[in-house]
Amino acid sequence: MTVSEFIDKLNLKILTDTGDLSRTIDDCYIGDLLSWVMGRAPENSAWLTVMGNINSIAVATLADVSCIVLTENATLDEDAKEKALAHEITVLQTEENSYKVATKLYELLK
Amino acid sequence: MSAIHLHFDVPGDDFTRAGEASGSTKKRLKALGYDSDAIRRVAIAMYEAEINMVIHANGGYCDVDVYPDRVEILLADDGPGIEDIDKAMQEGYSTAPDNVRSLGFGAGMGLPNIKKYSDEMRIDTKLGIGTKLYLTIKVH
Ligand SMILES: Nc1ncnc2c1ncn2[C@@H]1O[C@H](COP(=O)(O)OP(=O)(O)OP(=O)(O)O)[C@@H](O)[C@H]1O
Ligand SMILES: [Mg+2]
Repeated sequence: MTVSEFIDKLNLKILTDTGDLSRTIDDCYIGDLLSWVMGRAPENSAWLTVMGNINSIAVATLADVSCIVLTENATLDEDAKEKALAHEITVLQTEENSYKVATKLYELLK
Repeated sequence: MSAIHLHFDVPGDDFTRAGEASGSTKKRLKALGYDSDAIRRVAIAMYEAEINMVIHANGGYCDVDVYPDRVEILLADDGPGIEDIDKAMQEGYSTAPDNVRSLGFGAGMGLPNIKKYSDEMRIDTKLGIGTKLYLTIKVH
């Protein structure tokens, strides 16, 4: 599935739009502790988190996830937004919690 | 002989810039056509070490030597040093203060990640003097 299909199917809000929406998502990872995510998140996964600060963007860049989804309407800091735009990281947002998003993504990836 | 040498200063307590050294190195290795798995391992190990210098040691510097078959990285700071390396290497051990925990740091997973993703890792540390971390990541 592509990031763009994921956005459509779950009706996600796009917070940064410079990233590659044709990128594949083939896995999912949930976590807010950055080095946990850094060490464990698979490449090309959708990363679900409530951590919308500038360090999350660095982690997303280095761990090569396909997109960040800020769940439960967690906010993206202004400096984080700038960095995400510059590094072409797609940041999405939804009011649903990570569990809900993950179960839907699971169905889509089946 | 070192094919390419990169040097970065890592400013202390500046979270907005943390990740620049690892980010630039990643870009550079990509441009040079290195294997993506090796690049990912370099990026992760280097970021963890870089952020450790920012959080725990008030910054430092980083030297990267890129060879055809491996990447060697030195991260050096003149921070407080690490009292008990065995403890520090354990998953979950962290002395990170609350203000950085609220930013998502402090899982105590940084050094274990570095160990996991590098092929060789050596720590030289002296209390009150500083810490030097030597990493080698092989390119397969
Ligand atoms: N450069 C350093 N100088 C001084 N102490 C350090 C340094 N790097 C690590 N430490 C010590 O080792 C501990 C473990 O480091 P580690 O990176 O594994 O976890 P952390 O940085 O506390 O949390 P995390 O990396 O999960 O965000 C730190 O809490 C700190 O006490
Ligand atoms: Mg750390």
